[in-house]
Amino acid sequence: MAVLVVADHTNAALGEATAKTVAAAQKLGGDIDILVAGQGARPAADAAAKLAGVRKVLLAESDALGHQLAEAVTDTVVSLAGGYDAILIPATSAGKNYSPRIAAKLDVNQITDVIEVVSPDTFVRPIYAGNALETVQSSDAKKVITVRPTAFKPVADGGSAPVETVAAAPAAGREAGFVGEEVVKSDRPELAGAKIVVSGGRAMGSAEEFHRVIEPLADKLGAAVGASRAAVDAGYAPNDYQVGQTGKVVAPDLYIAVGISGAIQHLAGMKDSKVIVAINKDADAPIFQVADYGIVGDYKTVVPELMAALG
Amino acid sequence: MKVLVPVKRVIDYNVKVRVKPDQTGVDLANVKMSMNPFDEIATEEAVRMKEKGVATEVIAVSIGPVQAQETIRTALAMGADRGILIQTDVDVDPLAVAKLLKAVIAEENPDLVVMGKQAIDGDNNAVGQMLAALLDWPQATFASKIEVADGKASVTREIDGGLQTLEVSLPAVITADLRLNEPRYASLPNIMKAKKKEIAIKTAADYGVDVASKLKVLKVTEPPKRSAGVKVENAAELVAKLKTEAGVL
Ligand SMILES: Cc1cc2nc3c(=O)[nH]c(=O)nc-3n(C[C@H](O)[C@H](O)[C@H](O)COP(=O)(O)OP(=O)(O)OC[C@H]3O[C@@H](n4cnc5c(N)ncnc54)[C@H](O)[C@@H]3O)c2cc1C
Repeated sequence: MAVLVVADHTNAALGEATAKTVAAAQKLGGDIDILVAGQGARPAADAAAKLAGVRKVLLAESDALGHQLAEAVTDTVVSLAGGYDAILIPATSAGKNYSPRIAAKLDVNQITDVIEVVSPDTFVRPIYAGNALETVQSSDAKKVITVRPTAFKPVADGGSAPVETVAAAPAAGREAGFVGEEVVKSDRPELAGAKIVVSGGRAMGSAEEFHRVIEPLADKLGAAVGASRAAVDAGYAPNDYQVGQTGKVVAPDLYIAVGISGAIQHLAGMKDSKVIVAINKDADAPIFQVADYGIVGDYKTVVPELMAALG
Repeated sequence: MKVLVPVKRVIDYNVKVRVKPDQTGVDLANVKMSMNPFDEIATEEAVRMKEKGVATEVIAVSIGPVQAQETIRTALAMGADRGILIQTDVDVDPLAVAKLLKAVIAEENPDLVVMGKQAIDGDNNAVGQMLAALLDWPQATFASKIEVADGKASVTREIDGGLQTLEVSLPAVITADLRLNEPRYASLPNIMKAKKKEIAIKTAADYGVDVASKLKVLKVTEPPKRSAGVKVENAAELVAKLKTEAGVL
């Protein structure tokens, strides 16, 4: 058995989801290689080589891979697929973009968002916004699996795998072209892997209020900032803050929901948090049904009090 | 320009899903079914392309039971021109859906496929990418903005950390994210008009696609339940509890 993990990375750094996907790969058993497909991605490859339990790291580089365009990543992974029984991909926004393309090129189904490896061919995955769990068995000879990072503890550092350069697949001429990117660099922890997350909802009423209320509380706690869909749709927070069924899935030690009602689509993204705190003026808001600690009240008074109590 | 929009009939997003006691699936008897919300967004986008004169024809395709005709009618009432139903009672998996759509595309030759990024039942987020792979077409997923001109589409995508813009030459597959648009409600006259629009009824066999899945569902179970905790009086009490009882601060 040999498993290829496709790394989540930014060229300059390895994403935390990679070590968690390696942990899932270990549950399958066999040799584990990591592919870093990027451009100028040596630092990410070196970081991957330090993960415990990795046989080798494959580094493929090209301009198209630098932006992780789906067509380029797919063709490179498919060119390497012959040597592997399973391909594991973190269910990050980049992974979700190219993984099904890889699966279809290999004529297999994708096993999506795996939260538990029961055996090398049997997996548990959430469906219906996490309101049901499906146990599926795959009879495909080669398995393409996306892994929900929050469901696995990252493997530790301590390895020293060799880094091998492999060829990026040549462009086939029918791929999307990269035009540009607007990426906001933040000093806050990354939402998907943060220990504490503070999220704001529609109650904020404006982007200014979101900045004024949610961000200082997050910074006081060293937390990442999240938001409900309603807050993102209304432009109070950027799109990649959205927590939920169709946004990011988080499972921090502490999740604080401020002015969020707790729709099932939101709960799907945070109900595996260790401790949930809800601040909402409506005592019947569904968020209280999953919250360990709830404060019924106006956030305009509760949040300042909380800031003061944190000292 | 011809635009194809796949639409799926799913459990309405407001319905509380219940797992069947025999663990064979979720209970779909007597629950409200609707068009997958992301497919509504895709339909809206295609109809707007037609209204702007960018698209000439919008075709809605659904794969599902006989009732999926209603889902197609919804798309027709929103402004799609005609529909195709590939009727099946099997729960078709994403790869087989992509193969069926590929077969439809071979007959219809659309210039663009606009579809939802994910269906809210299976939550796979896979068919669009799979279809693009099978056709060897470029893909642009999670779109929040699409501009079509001169045989190309410029697509703004929602990614980690912000937005990315790609240019794809047509034909291409684009999948819709939540912020692409706000779908309209069909007006009564348009609902009436939609009744007269044509829906072709087909089967998977007509397209020579085997819909038997290699993914076998062994069981469907309830997720572990989270129980409600306590209400605290004020912020000071909360902080004390988070420090001592919960140990997370
Ligand atoms: C296809 C689809 C996908 C979706 N995906 C997601 C997703 O990924 N993530 C997501 O979050 N949602 C998602 N949604 C949307 C979801 O259904 C809800 O509409 C959304 O989560 C509501 O956001 P909210 O809780 O901020 O707003 P609301 O439901 O309006 O809740 C606002 C809350 O704030 C409280 N409040 C108001 N004023 C105050 C105050 N002064 N002090 C304290 N509390 C106050 C109110 O009591 C209320 O409970 C999706 C929906 C669809 C259809």
